[in-house]
Amino acid sequence: MRLLEYQAKTLFAEYGIPIPKGLTSTEIEQGRKDAAVLGFPFVIKAQMAVGGRGKAGAIQKCQNADEFELKYPEIMQKVVKGEKTKAILLEKMADIKKELYLSLFLNRGKRCYTIIASADGGVEIESVKNQIIREVGLGDVDAKTAEEVAHTMGLKDKSAADFVDILQKLSKITTEKEAELAEINPLAILGDGSVVALDGKVIIDDNAMFRHDELRRFQEVSDLEERAEKSGFSLVELEGNIAVVGNGAGLVMSSLDMLSDHGGKPACFLDVGGGATTDTVYEALTLISKMKKVKGILVNLYGGIVKTTTVATAFIKAYEDKVLDVPVFARMSGAEADKSKEMLKGSRTKMFDTVEEAINAAVMEVNKIG
Amino acid sequence: MVDLFELLIGKEGDADYKKKPVIIQGITGKFGSFHTQQMLAYGTNIVAGVTPGKGGQKFEQTPIYNTVKEAVDATGAKISVVFVPAKFFLEAAIDALEAGIKLLIAIPEHVPIRDSMKTIELAKKKDAIVIGPNTPGIIIPGVMKIGIMPASPFKPGRIAVLSRSGTLMYEVSYNLSLANFGQSVCLGIGGDPINGTPVIEAFDRIRNGANIDGVVVVGEIGGDAEEMLAQHIIDTKFDKPVVAYIAGRAAPKEKRMGHAGAIIYGNYGSSESKVSMYAKANVPVAKRPAEVAMLLAGKLDIKGRIK
Repeated sequence: MRLLEYQAKTLFAEYGIPIPKGLTSTEIEQGRKDAAVLGFPFVIKAQMAVGGRGKAGAIQKCQNADEFELKYPEIMQKVVKGEKTKAILLEKMADIKKELYLSLFLNRGKRCYTIIASADGGVEIESVKNQIIREVGLGDVDAKTAEEVAHTMGLKDKSAADFVDILQKLSKITTEKEAELAEINPLAILGDGSVVALDGKVIIDDNAMFRHDELRRFQEVSDLEERAEKSGFSLVELEGNIAVVGNGAGLVMSSLDMLSDHGGKPACFLDVGGGATTDTVYEALTLISKMKKVKGILVNLYGGIVKTTTVATAFIKAYEDKVLDVPVFARMSGAEADKSKEMLKGSRTKMFDTVEEAINAAVMEVNKIG
Repeated sequence: MVDLFELLIGKEGDADYKKKPVIIQGITGKFGSFHTQQMLAYGTNIVAGVTPGKGGQKFEQTPIYNTVKEAVDATGAKISVVFVPAKFFLEAAIDALEAGIKLLIAIPEHVPIRDSMKTIELAKKKDAIVIGPNTPGIIIPGVMKIGIMPASPFKPGRIAVLSRSGTLMYEVSYNLSLANFGQSVCLGIGGDPINGTPVIEAFDRIRNGANIDGVVVVGEIGGDAEEMLAQHIIDTKFDKPVVAYIAGRAAPKEKRMGHAGAIIYGNYGSSESKVSMYAKANVPVAKRPAEVAMLLAGKLDIKGRIK
């Protein structure tokens, strides 16, 4: 789960990491009240789970009430890399002397947490120069390590002391909240030498959420995603019109790739999990029927232990119950494939021996419908 | 370093050669009991089950113990397959590793990263191998399967398959079998960001296996396991054919595609980055699972000789 900036900053504040004064709203009426409390000038920041907000105009300075009336609705409507603005953070401007970079992240290759720090922050991590990298096992950072990093960065006096404190607190957030990433970029040194987190990006390990009811307040899932999760599915909604369903994440990804190669546009990624039963496939079809944009469904199931007839039964039931009204192009390998084909004869589910054939038919037919 | 093949099948002349004893943790659960039957049917020598509170009972013919320690004391097994729910995985893994298990197959999906990391730390101390979590397990076709894979896609032979995805391991192996490339071993790395045995380590564990003419690596977006492997193949001058597949090139950035580990941040974890590193290591990358066997056939004849 990726926290929005204001959510990450809520965690920062709870752990004592200094942040600028700010208020979050989702409607302009509340925004006006927040503006009155803060006083001009301030920064209007779109809250969305994506980088590059500044360049896209989703973060803007605001000097007075006239500007506010123009910019608040504009930023509320922003879409950056497909992500919509979820809320607006109004934040007091800081007197920035220098911008630093700091993160603790899960290094997958080395299988440990890594500190990345730099005295040249404020740009995307790929462009951050003079990176100081320290491996820290399960993510605990002691005072000695933090001091050494501050020293290597060339920080002095109050700035160094503040940095050491912030790094250790960020480490506490990482370990206690089970974050895969906790990043502050920029971490700013102000005119008086104090250090403040101007932005925040925190990604929590989804699989650890069962231990973190206190983080549920930040969770925001669509109805569809919530239903999928309850059934033990993984669902990612996409832009196209052909839903892609299969058992196993790799197999569904691979079907998505092949569909795109053949000019098809995937409407979603839906992994029903390693096994597949009549009930899970029926539930998957029900979920997809809620997506209005779907004009056809590509199903790629590796049978193995599962009998294909079990799955065919789900299609038949879905049509009978009028859950389904779009064509299905299915490839099912495994036991009783011939019997399944016989069962589905005359229905709107077409069975194919290979996924390539199913994809070709799906793309042709859906493009025909338009 | 403990030898994977020695743990799995032992040495010729061992009394239990190709019949190494295996323990099932969570044998009475729905999932565990079903797959225990499947493994027994394949010929895997399952000697004990562990379910706390059910010690003294039996699952079909297999005795159940309360702890792994009791099961190990009674059977001498060094291999355990864990089927418990993700929440209880860490506890089960500690129980196994402390009891002297040397090969732990971690089936559950959704194990928290910290729990995996703690398990791996302990395994290092105990000189044990962890496969997974979120893995289908390992199969040596015709000899044994320890995990949840169906038997039908696999056929004995001389190709090693390493896979970050379960169903793609079946799909690719099925295509290899059709093309008469049987498999000496198929190992599921697991779909998580942190793996007990990462791709590169799995590669080193199988590379010197006696029955290996070539290696197939089934990868996916996320992390840099494929990039690291490509560099390792170059550095260590591995001279047998390697063919790869990578799922997820049409996936959007910053979206988790089913597997916890299948996510791209910027260029990190992208399919392009992996394909370009593989190109440097002279590893062709198939565009679809069915193409893997064709690419391998371009490098090896059916007798396993390099063309």
